Amino acid sequence: MEPLTHRDVEHISELAYVKLSDQEMEEMRVHLTDILGHFASLSTVDTDGVEVTGHTTDAYSVMRKDEPFTPMDQEDVLRNAPDRDGEFLRVRPVFE
Amino acid sequence: MKTQFTNSEFYFSTARELRAKFDAREISSVEVTKGTLDRISKLEPTLNSFITITPEIAIKSAELADQRLASSDPEPTALTGVPVMVKDNFSTEGVETTAASNILKGYIPPYDGSVVKTLKDAGAVIVGKGNLDEFAMGSSNETSAFGPVHNPWDIERVPGGSSGGASAAVAAGEVFIAFGSDTGGSIRQPAAFCGVVGMKPTYGLVSRFGLIAFGSSLDQIGPITRSVADCADSLNIVSGRDQRDSTSVSAPFDDFGRDIDKGISGMNIGVPKEYLVDGIESGVRSAFETSLSTFEQLGANIIETSLPLTDHALAVYYIIAPSEASANLSRYDGVKYGLGALDTSTSAQATQEARGAGFGDEVKRRIFLGTYALSAGYYDAYYKKAQQVRTLIRREFSSAFEQFDALVTPTSPSTAFKIGEKINDPFRMYMNDICTIPVNIAGLPSISVPSGESDQLPVGLQIIGPQFGDPVVIRIAAEYERSTIWHKSHPLI
Repeated sequence: MEPLTHRDVEHISELAYVKLSDQEMEEMRVHLTDILGHFASLSTVDTDGVEVTGHTTDAYSVMRKDEPFTPMDQEDVLRNAPDRDGEFLRVRPVFE
Repeated sequence: MKTQFTNSEFYFSTARELRAKFDAREISSVEVTKGTLDRISKLEPTLNSFITITPEIAIKSAELADQRLASSDPEPTALTGVPVMVKDNFSTEGVETTAASNILKGYIPPYDGSVVKTLKDAGAVIVGKGNLDEFAMGSSNETSAFGPVHNPWDIERVPGGSSGGASAAVAAGEVFIAFGSDTGGSIRQPAAFCGVVGMKPTYGLVSRFGLIAFGSSLDQIGPITRSVADCADSLNIVSGRDQRDSTSVSAPFDDFGRDIDKGISGMNIGVPKEYLVDGIESGVRSAFETSLSTFEQLGANIIETSLPLTDHALAVYYIIAPSEASANLSRYDGVKYGLGALDTSTSAQATQEARGAGFGDEVKRRIFLGTYALSAGYYDAYYKKAQQVRTLIRREFSSAFEQFDALVTPTSPSTAFKIGEKINDPFRMYMNDICTIPVNIAGLPSISVPSGESDQLPVGLQIIGPQFGDPVVIRIAAEYERSTIWHKSHPLI
């Protein structure tokens, strides 16, 4: 396969919401190209008409009874927030 | 007679042996727990198996366990009073849970995961949280943000991963049992490297609720122990349907150890030749061949077979697991918990920076790999293709199990390697998981048991069963254990 380009890695970085330094970008480009190269042989497997496997327990649309229960205490849940204002999580502005 | 619990040999007892001493009133759980905590504080500067040690909680649990053992109210379990460790990707109420990542440093969960709750209800004494590869992504425990774990057999070597702390702790006599998670070999490979027993049960048999998610269709919790019987006892306690994990199922059997004493005479055991890859170390190969002779002496039929799709398993796994990981790890946004938002102009930038600073190299690599495989234009060629080949791998195993009761392979192509040896070559590191990965892809049960030594380092034997064939796997492992000496050797530490 074609080696990934710097722009490819930049695009993945945007999709993944992970900021990398220039050096990390280049290392990522080299490693991903190497790893994906090893996966090329997968295309030789004949999968015509083969269904996908998402998981292996063959359980689908599992339902439970809709019974009320006491949720976790709000304060316990919010205690880990890096930044908050009373009972709200505080975030940076959404729009510039 | 009072047990000499200052003797380090005592800390290499099995949990069953320890429980018998409790029942005979030779020793109390509080005494053992205190001794265990002393031993941990002596060994930790060398091993680094723990991320967090919880002495006060442990002593309190031990006191309750002693009352329960004395009163039989409620009835004690196989784990009552037994010091255990849980890997630090198990959510523990009030105790920091990091998954060995900087992004979760300081995170104190407001709830116990299901297995943790079950262990507490069973009276187990949780003494702390085990070190691991960051988010369980690694085969050497070197990607931990809390530093590497050292293998107690040779402290210059890795313990394997990702349940490296759990395996090292059991091998070194720091705890009697540890609970880990296995997405592509993370219980079995470190168990092999450390000379202990490690089992990944059939996918779904143990609830994943409260296990920090990595690859949800592959992740499974299991025990690391010093005997096969302890492994069966542990699984009897932690398994079961949990409505908080909709992929969990009830076992179609009552007791993981129901066939443990039945022997293996007449059983058909397959040896898939693709697992004896070219890169396999000669010491591992010769230990494996000796194991096959042992099985024959015990009356089993050893038959070579072929599972040709094994060659594609690594690619399937390293597409599916990172894809699931990239989705699962999207929750770490620096808003709700963990590493905080920095002083950026927008919320999006804050998330990008928190994730850039909080995740380590291997985790980033897998997020990128997964994001790429799921992105527009590549989904069909990578993710969908991998899921289709997953179906074919499952079918290949299913037809093998029409002929065989179980399959055996080496657990890993090598023994424990040196710290630093492979960390800069990601694909070479991934190759380590070549024997364990196919099992997760197909959701099968599999155990690693100590099966020899090569240059004074432990070798592991993997026994794979059909879906829900956990009792068969345990039966074969137990008979092998009875006929060999490897589980009796311990590191001189």
